[in-house]
Amino acid sequence: MTGAAWLVPAVPFLAAVLGLLAGRRLPGGPAGVAVLGTAVPTGLALALAVAVLGDPGRVRETSTLLTPTGAVPIAVGTRVDGLAAVVAVMVCVVALLVQVYSTAYLRGDPRYPSYAALVSLFTAAMLLVVVSADLLELLVGWEVMGVCSYFLIGHYWQQPSASAAAVKAFLTTRVGDVGFLFGIFTLGTAAGSFRISALLDRAPRLGHTAVLVGTLLLVCGVVGKSAQFPLHTWLPDAMAGPTPISALIHAATMVAAGVYVVARLYPVFVLSPVTLDVLAVSAAVTMLLGALAALAQDDLKRVLAYSTVSQLAYMTGGLAVGGYAAGLFHLLSHAAFKALLFLCAGAVIRTVGTNLMSEMGGLRRGLPVTFATMTVGLAALAGLPPFSGFFSKDAVLGSAWAAATGAARPVLDRPAAWLVFVAGMLTVLLTGAYATRLWLRTFFGTYRGTAVIEEAPTAMRVPLLLLALPAAAFGFVGLRSGWLPGWLGYGRDVAFFAYTPLPLTAPPTPSLGPQAGTALVATALGLLGVLVTYTGWRRAPAADPARLLGRARRPFERAFYLDELYDAVLVRPLPRLARAVLGFDVTGVDGLASGSGSGAWLAGGGLRRLQNGNVQAYATALFLGVLVLVAGVAVLT
Amino acid sequence: MILVALLLLPLAGCAGLLAAPDRWARRIGVAATATTFGLSLALLAAYDYHRGGFQLGVDRAWVPAADIRFHLGLDGISLPLVVLTTLLSFLCAVYTLKTLPEPGRPRAFLALVLLLEVGMLGTFLALDLLLFFVFFEVVLAPMYFLIALWGGERRSYAATKFILFTLLGSVLLLLGILVIYAHTATFDMVRLGRRGGADLPRAAQDLAFLGLFLGFAVKTPMWPLHSWLPDAHTEAPTVGSVLLAGVLLKMGTYGLVRIAVTELPAAARDFAPYLGVLAVVGIIYGALCCLVQRDIKRLIAYSSVGHMGFVLLGIATLTPVGVNAALLANVAHGVVTGLLFFLVGALKDRYHSQDIAEIGGGVLAKAPLLGGLLTFAAIASLGLPGLAGFWGEMLAMLGAFRPAQGLHRGLFLTLMVLAGVGTVLTAVYLLVLLRRVTLGVVPERWRERRFGDVTSVELAAWAPLLALTLVLGLYPRLVLGVTDAAVRRLLGGG
Repeated sequence: MTGAAWLVPAVPFLAAVLGLLAGRRLPGGPAGVAVLGTAVPTGLALALAVAVLGDPGRVRETSTLLTPTGAVPIAVGTRVDGLAAVVAVMVCVVALLVQVYSTAYLRGDPRYPSYAALVSLFTAAMLLVVVSADLLELLVGWEVMGVCSYFLIGHYWQQPSASAAAVKAFLTTRVGDVGFLFGIFTLGTAAGSFRISALLDRAPRLGHTAVLVGTLLLVCGVVGKSAQFPLHTWLPDAMAGPTPISALIHAATMVAAGVYVVARLYPVFVLSPVTLDVLAVSAAVTMLLGALAALAQDDLKRVLAYSTVSQLAYMTGGLAVGGYAAGLFHLLSHAAFKALLFLCAGAVIRTVGTNLMSEMGGLRRGLPVTFATMTVGLAALAGLPPFSGFFSKDAVLGSAWAAATGAARPVLDRPAAWLVFVAGMLTVLLTGAYATRLWLRTFFGTYRGTAVIEEAPTAMRVPLLLLALPAAAFGFVGLRSGWLPGWLGYGRDVAFFAYTPLPLTAPPTPSLGPQAGTALVATALGLLGVLVTYTGWRRAPAADPARLLGRARRPFERAFYLDELYDAVLVRPLPRLARAVLGFDVTGVDGLASGSGSGAWLAGGGLRRLQNGNVQAYATALFLGVLVLVAGVAVLT
Repeated sequence: MILVALLLLPLAGCAGLLAAPDRWARRIGVAATATTFGLSLALLAAYDYHRGGFQLGVDRAWVPAADIRFHLGLDGISLPLVVLTTLLSFLCAVYTLKTLPEPGRPRAFLALVLLLEVGMLGTFLALDLLLFFVFFEVVLAPMYFLIALWGGERRSYAATKFILFTLLGSVLLLLGILVIYAHTATFDMVRLGRRGGADLPRAAQDLAFLGLFLGFAVKTPMWPLHSWLPDAHTEAPTVGSVLLAGVLLKMGTYGLVRIAVTELPAAARDFAPYLGVLAVVGIIYGALCCLVQRDIKRLIAYSSVGHMGFVLLGIATLTPVGVNAALLANVAHGVVTGLLFFLVGALKDRYHSQDIAEIGGGVLAKAPLLGGLLTFAAIASLGLPGLAGFWGEMLAMLGAFRPAQGLHRGLFLTLMVLAGVGTVLTAVYLLVLLRRVTLGVVPERWRERRFGDVTSVELAAWAPLLALTLVLGLYPRLVLGVTDAAVRRLLGGG
């Protein structure tokens, strides 16, 4: 079975190609192909999971040469173990539900065929990342996801805001991806292979510098893709895409790819405490920043977007403090509850016709199913027991506590672990507050808009109900000691850390069940957040509880003006620089001569002579310019 | 003999065109380029992939007095470029079936295209320095006339600039060749390659290299010798632009690898840092120029400066991976930029403008297929993994990550990082271009104007390039598998 793992990305890829080429002419229509193209890999992924169930830590790998390069060859193949299988199932299930949901959400949209095909292509790319056996193969999926995200955010391309957001998303992640590519170079060259298994096998012998530089560079890509500080700014804007896309890409899968890659290469990352420190600091900042920004947004989807930023930081933070299984546990539960939340938001937005919560309110009567399921999702997000988020978030906080106090042998420096722990606890408080605000502003009070409210059609309701189940109950898998960690390749017999010769033998198989201390504190903090918001709201149900923030509200809403900063430092100066360069170029010879610092006469006279057709002068100028330039380089190097 | 036939076929087509009446011209053009393309496919079959060195060679005395020989041959370095040339020529002939700019005259137009094809193929096949030079020069005249007669408004300025620059390059190239000859008394590239410059004193090697380097750099074009390119591309007819970007520029990088690096390896080591620096300046500079460019053809032209910068960077590393990357990026750029020029030409045919602001957006709404294809080509051009543009540029950076021994690693690492910045800037201008052209609402002035989406002839001419863009992206071995052995042999690494 695992030999056929390549089918998992191949089938949705085929569906995408068919959808793009044939579109509406397909038998069964674009929807039929799209849903089938996701249902089949879902079945395959489940089969894979069953196949590896007996021994989830063993890696089943196929690999063939893609191409020689003249240096390290590039291979393609599949690498299936418990981690890959579990994440593949997660991706497929969310993608399938999103495809079903989209058939109703985008009913009547003339661009539905290309939309559905791009979702299929996206799914294929994510699954390629999940099952890749080679880092460059992984990079292909990684970037194709980025471009699918670009297209899907830009789905409503008549709107300038949508196309601007699409460009921003692609470019921001691309900045990180350049680092990611160089990270692959560093590790691949040091290991003599881009194959993941070869890299993990040879990790201990790679040399300290290669590991440090390589992993730090990989973190650039992770930070971009998983929307972590300082490259998180694209995610909230990405909400310009259709809401099901937000659920799939910007909550459950693509942003999870960064976390997944860290997990996939974890034995390399743990060799570099500095990298983990960096990851931890980024996570701590992102958690708080995202949660504070979420407190003040009026756009329902932007609240969820910032909460995604913040929640992703729990995963990277968890991985950074050595909580491998805890971080992935949160990845899985978050995929369920955040996909649910976005799909609920879609159901709300579809009927009220706006994203703004100031034009919502009182919707619980008109949208009973959406209300009930979204309540489950929000409870999970806020980490209230016994919903899934409670368990997974607690696992992360428990890992951070253990690393900070030295109860577990820390893989990073202890102050960094403390940072993650404290930020994580504060974020629990903030999460409770903004989740409550969203809940109250959307579903309670009186309706402040004018639309006719109607509940979502069946094709949208069913995915909500199906996602509500894991969002509510998935956390209980954490109670069974060692079960999920075993699945994820952290089992007792599976020498996950056998890869590393560190004195760090496997940290004792962590229990993902709640630790009494952290669980109590976290729950109390979460409830405090809920209560404060609720009390504020009770006093004036029509007003936005964000008013309690006072003068901080504006900076929170603008997410601490980072966009403005990037605008001022990068986005606006770039065209100015470009114009200068182009101006320089238009003057041609002239620019060349003056650039090499010799002779204003060339600047004026050379060009005039060119226009007079004085070929000799032109040729001489050109030649001299080159000579001077080369001489300049010679002096400088 | 098959190589001679490859040159004779388009030449015969050219002669046939001159003899035949005007109304047959297009069909003759397609027939001649199609058979040449077919023959190049036969080459693919006849070529022995397991053998290194030159194959299918022809070696006859030509000017015995000066020991100039008619010496042709094929190896893994030239094979992909030969096929690319015949393919693009064929597609240009197909495209001309329906589209020919003012003043028409398909007979003359296609005769020039066929003559151009002879020159391009000869350049890639020649194994005698002077023969190479002759073919290299043969290309100039037809391209000059294509621009000067079928070009846009400022065609005579552009054509003159083109010929001036390239002639200047040719002079330097010839000087380089003569310096080599002066010390070795041979033009035989095979023998020269085998000797590896051992017969030349170091100073002469450097001098010869400088001549060759500058000569090829004009053609490639390398910054700062590129300024003929934007004008030539802006004014050239679509077919001219496609062949110019698709093949002519490659003659420069091919010559650099085939002659300069192979025959003067020690000098290549001396010059590699300069080449690398200029290449990377070109990458960044080209991208910045694209960012604020108003003319869409000019933009694609500047983008070529950037893309060819990656090719040059690959060569500058003097590593097998870098040179492989250069050869792959050559082919990929030919395919993708050829496609882009076709698409932009189609845009111009419909809007009668190549001004981005004048087109004003909404192409996806006005002509969805054309907009979609433009999007695809732009995404390929920005180097998306999984499409043709990625592998060459990625491997060029990988080459710079660990350059050949004796080159300054710190310098090349810096160059690699800057090239990485260049890839981001490339993505910036292409996405901004898409945003301004394909996305958005159709401006008022175009609402009423009717024009069709992509025609079947256009699609036929573009389909092979679309397919190759995807195939090379998914299976780069198609080129690398052919080049790798030849490149290792060339660099003496294995």
